[in-house]
Amino acid sequence: MPEYESVIGLEVHAQLKTKSKIFCSCSTEFGREPNENTCPVCMGMPGVLPVLNKRAVEYAVKMALAVNCKINQKSIFARKNYFYPDLPKGYQISQYELPVAEHGYITIQVGGKEKKIGITRIHMEEDAGKSVHSAAENVSYVDLNRTGVPLIEIVSEPDIRSPEEAVAYLKALRSILVYLEICDGNMEEGSFRCDANISIRPRGQKEFGTRTELKNMNSFRHVQRALEYEIERQIDLVEDGEEVVQETRLYDADKNITRPMRGKEEAHDYRYFPDPDLVPLVLKSEWIEQWRKELPELPADKLQRFIRQYGLPVYDAEVLTAEKDLADFFEQTVKIYNQPKKVSNWMLSEVLRELNEARIKIGQSKFRPENLAKLIKIIDDGLISGKIGKSIFSEIFNTGQDPEEYVRAKGMVQISDSSALEQVVEEVLADLPKEVERYKNGQTKLLGFFVGQVMKRTKGQANPGLVNKILKEKLG
Amino acid sequence: MELAFKTLTRIRDILSRKEASVEEVVNACLQVIEKTEPELNALITTCAEEAIEQARQMDNQGPDPEKPLWGVPVVIKDVIATKGIRTTCASKILENFVPCYDATLVEKLKQAGCIILGKTNMDEFAMGSSTENSAFGPTKNPYDLTRVPGGSSGGSAASVAAAQAFASVGTDTGGSIRQPAGFCGIVGLKPTYGRVSRFGLIAYGSSLDQAGPMTRTVRDAALMLQVIAGHDPKDSTSSPEDVPDYVQTLQKANDLKGIRLGYPVEYWEKGLSPEVKDCCEQALNKARELGAEIIPISIKHTPYAIATYYIIAMAEASSNLARYDGVRFGFRDKEATELLEMYLNSRSKGFGEEVKRRIMLGTYVLSAGYYDAYYKKAAQVRRLIRQDFLDALKACDLICAPVAPTTAFKLGENIDDPLQMYLTDIFTISLNLTGLPGMTLPVGLGQETNMPVGMQFFGPAFGEEIIFQVCHVLEQALQGPGLPHVLKDEG
Amino acid sequence: MSISKEQVAKIATLSRLSLEEDKLDQFTGQLSSILQYMEKLNELETTDVEPLYSPVEQTTVLREDVVEKKFKREELLANAPEDDGQYFIVPRII
Repeated sequence: MPEYESVIGLEVHAQLKTKSKIFCSCSTEFGREPNENTCPVCMGMPGVLPVLNKRAVEYAVKMALAVNCKINQKSIFARKNYFYPDLPKGYQISQYELPVAEHGYITIQVGGKEKKIGITRIHMEEDAGKSVHSAAENVSYVDLNRTGVPLIEIVSEPDIRSPEEAVAYLKALRSILVYLEICDGNMEEGSFRCDANISIRPRGQKEFGTRTELKNMNSFRHVQRALEYEIERQIDLVEDGEEVVQETRLYDADKNITRPMRGKEEAHDYRYFPDPDLVPLVLKSEWIEQWRKELPELPADKLQRFIRQYGLPVYDAEVLTAEKDLADFFEQTVKIYNQPKKVSNWMLSEVLRELNEARIKIGQSKFRPENLAKLIKIIDDGLISGKIGKSIFSEIFNTGQDPEEYVRAKGMVQISDSSALEQVVEEVLADLPKEVERYKNGQTKLLGFFVGQVMKRTKGQANPGLVNKILKEKLG
Repeated sequence: MELAFKTLTRIRDILSRKEASVEEVVNACLQVIEKTEPELNALITTCAEEAIEQARQMDNQGPDPEKPLWGVPVVIKDVIATKGIRTTCASKILENFVPCYDATLVEKLKQAGCIILGKTNMDEFAMGSSTENSAFGPTKNPYDLTRVPGGSSGGSAASVAAAQAFASVGTDTGGSIRQPAGFCGIVGLKPTYGRVSRFGLIAYGSSLDQAGPMTRTVRDAALMLQVIAGHDPKDSTSSPEDVPDYVQTLQKANDLKGIRLGYPVEYWEKGLSPEVKDCCEQALNKARELGAEIIPISIKHTPYAIATYYIIAMAEASSNLARYDGVRFGFRDKEATELLEMYLNSRSKGFGEEVKRRIMLGTYVLSAGYYDAYYKKAAQVRRLIRQDFLDALKACDLICAPVAPTTAFKLGENIDDPLQMYLTDIFTISLNLTGLPGMTLPVGLGQETNMPVGMQFFGPAFGEEIIFQVCHVLEQALQGPGLPHVLKDEG
Repeated sequence: MSISKEQVAKIATLSRLSLEEDKLDQFTGQLSSILQYMEKLNELETTDVEPLYSPVEQTTVLREDVVEKKFKREELLANAPEDDGQYFIVPRII
């Protein structure tokens, strides 16, 4: 039985975070009432004309530069013709023969290895509107707010060979988009969408097998599972002597399967031709260079720098640099209090936990780098124990209060006064003569018990190291 | 009612000097409309009440010297969006469509003080050469009610020729201003592509469409162009080229000394009816008398122009008309219970035959496998044709050509044979392919049919000034076509 | 090259147009002769000729990323064949 490999190509549509739409001045703001963000132009009324948004061009080129593409100095907008209620003009303005960028790549890390995934092209286009279908009433409701929101379509080479690689590629791509601040990268909300093309072939074969297109994957998890299912399905077909049909299949998350898209499989003839209402986009070299200069440090570079500069393990650096906000928070904290590994530990454990529970991004929380720096410092200084630090973390995180003020106000300052502790130790030992006897008879493990008792009586505020020392002295 | 027969230039002066009130002028036009419309059918919508109301307001405020066309009633081809006024494109599919926006050129006319008196009839979606393809019935030629006024701006031409208004703005994609102007004995200019904003101009062939003035004299056309020309940020294809003072340059010459007029041998060789040939030759002789040099030139790709034009126009049209789907505006077949059915029925019932024919041809030439053979090929030939014109304009200042092989043909004569109809556009369509400007000047009446004959003058890009100059001089030397039949009978 | 009735029917559907049988025949004839006429262009050698899709000279026309709201929703929905004040309503896609 031959071994099979999968050949995967991914098409990503990313919504650009411009204020206005790509071809008109309507707002792109999400969540408005239906058809509030519209005008005759994006509604495709008779006689209207498109005018290109400069910022959309800037964002598209920046992404292209960030993924090592060759920028086509001249690119052309073309009409993609088809009928659908959420496509008001009956065509989508896109780019076809001459896109804005081609021939790029990104590097991903999978299973400890680095791999280059090629990017065939990036082009600009406009988004379509939304239809809500009501089976009960036998109608569809059409909202054109999203029509005309700028998109870039990023097409990868079919270099991906596994679902894991696919997810790594998507995560890396998304990370770059968010780093550039040109896209929210939100798959659930639809600002970052992915379709996959997948085929299988016996390992070693050069020709590609028949491929299917997968749609309706709304999270990285969906992508992984959909691809896993589809690979199996295709292998099963081929082993049974059947052929893979070239078709579009939808991922069904509930059943974890892919199934053919219902409805007539009319081969789409989009009849692309250059849009006569727009002129060629010719980019000046100065613009491209200026935009290149404005690129921020990209995730891959930041990752390497974090490992190098802060001496962090790969895992830590990966998690911290996955989100630009998180990375910034880390660096700001370290700037205040230069203990990178400690800061990293706290961020990877407590901070991330709180963010996940509250379902927010670090930018949205009240917790500031100064707060984290202060927390770690007062633990290092012995003002409180690490344990106390962890117990108060939630509250500090949610209120954004200065940790030192907080512990002082709550009277939680660690007791490091030897004489005060000696007193408590003596009280404890006095109350537990039997246990003291057993300890002196060799059950040295009871030391932990005594420490626990002292901690209990001091509401956890006793400096455990000191308690240990005093106990040992007293017990001999 | 005589007020209505004045030229735009004259009435503009009369109004600014308060020699007549705006209301009087508007009423004069309305009287003409009332008398001529039943036979002419030049207007789809008449805005009588609004116009009178506006006229009264303007009379109260008094003439505004800042407004070059203060108080002048004009009519607009119904393919141009007018806010609050029904805009139908002479199609059932837009029968009740009322835009909430003005075309940029309409905004400019309003700012200049014009009164919009009505929307003129046309071939549906500007597709046609006779105004017989209208869902609102054909318009008749004011000089002979059994003949067509030409198309697609036939309503505009007839309306201006019959003095219903002082000017109109038509559109020209393959000759739709110039040919009806010629058939109706008036002046019609297709400006350089990009000279007048296309925002609000309901698109037929986007890379070919241009709006332009249709008037009774050359100076009137210059006045109109002055108002509607200029860069528009809402139209990416609109030219940033400055707008010169057209009226001033008009007055600069008294003769045609030093002017070289080129006539394309391919146009004058064959196919011209004797009466058209005669009239045009007489006009050229007049030009010679005035000092012009007449030079033969060659537009060698002329035999390919019609095929080139129609492939490009239909391809663009098939895409431009996709938005008429019954979803957001326009006619919807309410009986359809399912989406595909709704699309099919709404479009099939809403569009006329010629429109359907062109949509389908356009879809075909763009479809997979045919794009290179048709659309791309046509675009390549387009470049060759443009080069022909650019080369010719090195040897002459203006190119002159007949408007059509014959004078206005009879209603019903060409309507059953679409290809036959297309072939009558031979002298006008090349210009739209090149983007260059061109104007029709009436040069007399044909001996046989007694119908107006027009001649075209093509110029270099943004060379409207020379066209106006030359035509103004020639116009003074020639006799006009006289009052149209439809006005004569009314006395 | 003439076009077949089946091709015409396909093109009609692609253009969202429906034709009755007799019209289909008529159109097939007309479209065929028009397309045949267009074959004329094959007489010309155009291998190295750059297509001219539009006579426009300028390139790179851009606008600033500024939001403007000039129209109210009611105005934009005013011509809708069917709406509920918020959405456009269309028959469902089967």
